[in-house]
Amino acid sequence: MEEHNIIKVEGLCKSFGDLQVLNDITTEFKEKQVVSIIGPSGGGKSTFLRCLNLLETPTSGSIIFRDVDLCAKGVDINVHRQKIGMVFQHFNLFNNMNVMKNLTVAPMRIKGMEQDEAEAKAMTFLKRMGLEDKVTSYPSQLSGGQKQRIAIVRSLMMEPDVMLFDEPTSALDPEMIGEVLDVIKQLAVEGMTMIIVTHEMRFAREVSNRILFLDGGRIDEDRSAAEFFDDPHSPRLISFLQKVL
Amino acid sequence: MGFFEQIAVILQRYYPYFLDGVKNTLIIAAMSVVLGVVFGTLMAIMRMCRIKPLRWLAIAYIEFVRGTPLMVQLMFIFYGLPMVGIEFPDVSFIPNFSRFMAGIVAMSINSCAYVAEVIRSGIQSVDEGQMEAARSIGFKYGESMRLVILPQAVRNILPALGNEFVTVIKESSIVSVIGISDLMYGTNGVIALTYRSLPCLAIAAIMYFILTFISSRLIAKLEKRMKHGRA
Ligand SMILES: Nc1ncnc2c1ncn2[C@@H]1O[C@H](COP(=O)(O)OP(=O)(O)OP(=O)(O)O)[C@@H](O)[C@H]1O
Ligand SMILES: [Mg+2]
Repeated sequence: MEEHNIIKVEGLCKSFGDLQVLNDITTEFKEKQVVSIIGPSGGGKSTFLRCLNLLETPTSGSIIFRDVDLCAKGVDINVHRQKIGMVFQHFNLFNNMNVMKNLTVAPMRIKGMEQDEAEAKAMTFLKRMGLEDKVTSYPSQLSGGQKQRIAIVRSLMMEPDVMLFDEPTSALDPEMIGEVLDVIKQLAVEGMTMIIVTHEMRFAREVSNRILFLDGGRIDEDRSAAEFFDDPHSPRLISFLQKVL
Repeated sequence: MGFFEQIAVILQRYYPYFLDGVKNTLIIAAMSVVLGVVFGTLMAIMRMCRIKPLRWLAIAYIEFVRGTPLMVQLMFIFYGLPMVGIEFPDVSFIPNFSRFMAGIVAMSINSCAYVAEVIRSGIQSVDEGQMEAARSIGFKYGESMRLVILPQAVRNILPALGNEFVTVIKESSIVSVIGISDLMYGTNGVIALTYRSLPCLAIAAIMYFILTFISSRLIAKLEKRMKHGRA
């Protein structure tokens, strides 16, 4: 498999006031790879992920998405965000729209897709997830697991090059975690490039090509999934794994 | 004559004074809230915009207006505007038009500040995640506002605006001091004619109450209908 970089991160720093959250991070994400990010709370995982699509503006450094430096002046970030899907811990479905509208509003408004086409496409996704009976439901009428799967479909509707997940199952009741993880696993099989912040260790090991340990604003370990758990080097990762496993 | 009898007699003889007052009170309140909403929206936009001087200006305005008595503002407008050369013309078919306008301007200026806060808090009470989701999918700021944030904010804002209308109905009684013939002014007129202040005030109170009661019932109905339109 030829490996193209989709996202390259160079010297990324991010501070909130005096608090330096990300400290000179350099790494890259290759096409069709699934990379998980693991680390202690407050380590900067969310901030890192949110820097990738510029929901947070990096203090310094650059995010290069398909050869375009997103931080450069004159770059229309909105165009690039269309190609970077994001799934949030708290789903963030548009509360004022029903499921169908949630799925079709962006392709129609941003890409100019026809309504019929957008709805047909949404239906295909919904059927695949067994959620076709929810088309007219509003987010408040869905379970957490259903919301998150719809949120994933909402991103997929834009046919992103890469998907970012920020703890997609952390707000779910235990019995619903499986259905969401299955969707993500399926995406991995289909070759979607994904960067996943998660606390689900077994899932990370199963689905990832590579795992990063992000602690204190640095990438402390960057290994293949198996090595990450079986042969960790960083003392902090070792003690972290002892705590969580 | 008993108290209620007096009320009945006064009403029978002087009801046009009261009705005229009710009409003017409603006109003033409605105009003030409409203008307050229009300018309050602009003020809220300024209050939240990224250009610091505009934001400061809006904050200063809102804080100042909310931190000073309406009575003072009213006097200031009524006596102050003519001094700086702004005078409302007299219109023949609306008696006392210039006074009326001064009252409406003062009430609007006041209402504008409160409305701005209502709108701002309505927008800010929409979960931040909504904006983030909209932006992350590629919507511009304005589109995100229009498609996602504002429709949700309106659900919070409309009921609060209704309450603002109720408040303005009550507070507008103050314009009687500059001689605008609102309900309070009419009441004072009848008191001067009859020397019966308590029954007259009771009539005024009941009429204000009917106005505010009906308004808040209507608002509650509206609120309920919007809830069915889903959160
Ligand atoms: N908008 C913000 N303003 C100020 N500080 C922030 C902001 N966002 C995050 N931080 C701080 O940055 C640090 C890293 O936060 P971040 O959310 O990236 O951690 P995390 O690794 O995702 O943690 P968790 O596992 O709890 O989600 C924390 O100390 C947090 O308080
Ligand atoms: Mg986080």
